[in-house]
Amino acid sequence: MNWLSQIASITRFGLMSIPQRRGAVAATVIGIAGVVAVLVGVLSMAAGFRQAMTVSSSPDTAIVLRSGADSEMVSGFSREQTQIIADSPGVARTAQGPLSSAELFVIINLPKRSTGTDANVPLRGVEASALLVRDNLRIIQGRMFDWGKDEVVVGSGAAREFAGLDVGSSIKVGRYEWPVVGVFSANGAICESEIWTDAKVLQAAYHRGDSFQSVRAKLTSPDAFQKFKDSLTSNPQLTVTASRQSEYYAQQSEAMTRLITSLGFSIAFLMAIGAVFGALNTMYSTVAARTREIATLRALGFGGGAVVVSLMIESLLLALLGGVAGASLAYFAFNGYHTSTMNFQSFSQVAFAFRVTPQLLLQGMSWAMAIGLIGGLLPAIRAARLPIAAALREL
Amino acid sequence: MKYFHLVWSNLKRKKLRTLLTVLSVLVAFVLFGFLSSIKQALTGGVQMAGADRLVVRHRVSIIQLLPESYKARMERIPGVLLATHQTWFGGIYQDPKNFFMQSPVVPEEFLEISPDFILSPEQKKAWMQTRTGAIVGRKTADKFHWKIGDKVPIQSSIWSQANGNRTWEFDIVGIFDGKEKGTDTTPLFFRYDYFEEARVGGKGMVGWYTIRVKDPGQAAETAKLVDKEFENSDAETKTEPEGAFVQAWASQIGNIELMVVAILGAVFFTILLVAGNTMSQAVRERAGELGVLKAIGFTNAQVVALILVESCLLSVLGGGLGLGLAWLLISRGDPTGGLLPLFFFPGRDLLIGAGLSLALGLATGIFPALQTLRLRVADALRRM
Repeated sequence: MNWLSQIASITRFGLMSIPQRRGAVAATVIGIAGVVAVLVGVLSMAAGFRQAMTVSSSPDTAIVLRSGADSEMVSGFSREQTQIIADSPGVARTAQGPLSSAELFVIINLPKRSTGTDANVPLRGVEASALLVRDNLRIIQGRMFDWGKDEVVVGSGAAREFAGLDVGSSIKVGRYEWPVVGVFSANGAICESEIWTDAKVLQAAYHRGDSFQSVRAKLTSPDAFQKFKDSLTSNPQLTVTASRQSEYYAQQSEAMTRLITSLGFSIAFLMAIGAVFGALNTMYSTVAARTREIATLRALGFGGGAVVVSLMIESLLLALLGGVAGASLAYFAFNGYHTSTMNFQSFSQVAFAFRVTPQLLLQGMSWAMAIGLIGGLLPAIRAARLPIAAALREL
Repeated sequence: MKYFHLVWSNLKRKKLRTLLTVLSVLVAFVLFGFLSSIKQALTGGVQMAGADRLVVRHRVSIIQLLPESYKARMERIPGVLLATHQTWFGGIYQDPKNFFMQSPVVPEEFLEISPDFILSPEQKKAWMQTRTGAIVGRKTADKFHWKIGDKVPIQSSIWSQANGNRTWEFDIVGIFDGKEKGTDTTPLFFRYDYFEEARVGGKGMVGWYTIRVKDPGQAAETAKLVDKEFENSDAETKTEPEGAFVQAWASQIGNIELMVVAILGAVFFTILLVAGNTMSQAVRERAGELGVLKAIGFTNAQVVALILVESCLLSVLGGGLGLGLAWLLISRGDPTGGLLPLFFFPGRDLLIGAGLSLALGLATGIFPALQTLRLRVADALRRM
């Protein structure tokens, strides 16, 4: 009898005996499922957050801030400076002029729908070309605000997460009441968490004179960025930092993503240790229960290696089952779950949806297999090294 | 108690199994400790909030400034004892990752309204005498090895000085401690008069106010009066008790409580299964012996008690070790490197953990224990 068929028949015996020890097996499977569900669940939060921050920021869009400012909130430009930036080489142009938008960025308090407590919602003042600078931005409900009028449009994420942003209602900014006239979407991009109005309207309401906080520019091509950046940094009239929008948002999301990811990994790691102990327990008791059977097989000429491999297969199969259960649980419970959180780097809320990505599922499965491997190895080795004569005497 | 050795030798019967079960319970309680501390770090400010303090901020959002002249108007409102202000400085020391809060304050008022900060009288005196003086909390002082007399340069992302320079130099004149474990000793406070004179832009404007009220029972009424005072002005206010302010701040991150409970629920459910399974296995193996015990006159209640004591011992052992280990790990400090300044194991949760370990023991032992009630002596003995 060859080795492979030995493995097959021992494995088959093992699997057939599962119903007799269903309690122990279920405990192992559910333990592993728990680890995978928590790991994938927590990491899907980080993945969703990161996605919301970085999706659809094409590499040919640049953002310019005052040098030393780490976010739009603390940056500042005069109108003249924004015009110099708009006229720099590398900026794409249309018949109406350069594709660049000077913007203001402030926050207002609005209650979260979920908790009713105040949240910092970003309010952005934009220029007409803002809609062209961003990709795929479109009004999905109502209409765009009229330029120069006290009106706002809200991002679809903001409309979903914060109270009082339905079309027809109005937001209170100081002594002003601004009607919400439309909802826009942008393929899940970060601006969906924002409220938009005309920059001039916001300047007046916030006594900002004719000043702005950031400039976004569409470049002629992704490669034009270096030329654009060099012309800004060499201009003595400006002290600015220019970055690609994609890099800017990746950096803005870094701290939060790191926090969630590191917490997720440490929680899952501890749980995994617990699950390994559970799996070891189950496999050791499996081996104990099958001592006589294994000894008989060894006496009949089955090899020690075959015993080890088949016990490992059994353990890995249980882990696989647990992994699949945990990953599906995480997928159905969390994928697409909408929420919002505070991004401390921009001091404002980001609306996002949990994302259970294929990579995360794969990662969850590999954790499950690792638990199965560690939990199965030692018991399998013990089984293979049983002294045959002594074990048979237990008959 | 006289049967304790019986319970003990049962646990020793399969040392490996006992060890593995204790370890899995241990891991659950280490997690419990960690998650409690994270929750505490994110929401614990609510418990530290003074019942007699109100926070006043700009109605539209906290980034908008309020006039410094509001102080005098606030203090004329009945029920207000004292009003003092702080301003977000947004400073960076060396690296943006070294985050801690800094704020200009009016020293005397500030120390009076914040009794949770302990500063020695000499250091307080030095602060009053040094215009560029700053006091810093113990945690931050230790982190950067700052000593009294050091000059520290801090680069503000918001405020620049007349010469366009954004790097502000402060003389460390005092290091304050927290009165309680939950007091945040990471911030740095410096003098408002120095700040006001040196800054460009925003002159005469401050970030937010803290008010001490005469009667905490009247806090809500006083808050309404404050907001009424500034109604229809250019800078309307939103006043709320400090506790509510901190709570809302924590809720900006998300529903932390729910997440912690969900994760712990998953962990304990898993451990319950693992440990419960071990116990029922142990009881099943021992059916014969339990029959003997009954045959020689042990009552049903005694047998049930024996098994429950065993499962509780297992779980309390794991739980106690786990909580201890968690406490050791947590007292080594914040694992995120500065994002959670108030990271410690709250005493209340330590007690909850102890209770939980006992409950886990009872829950895992109860079903196997009840199984023994159905065990008939004759059947059990035949299995020997």
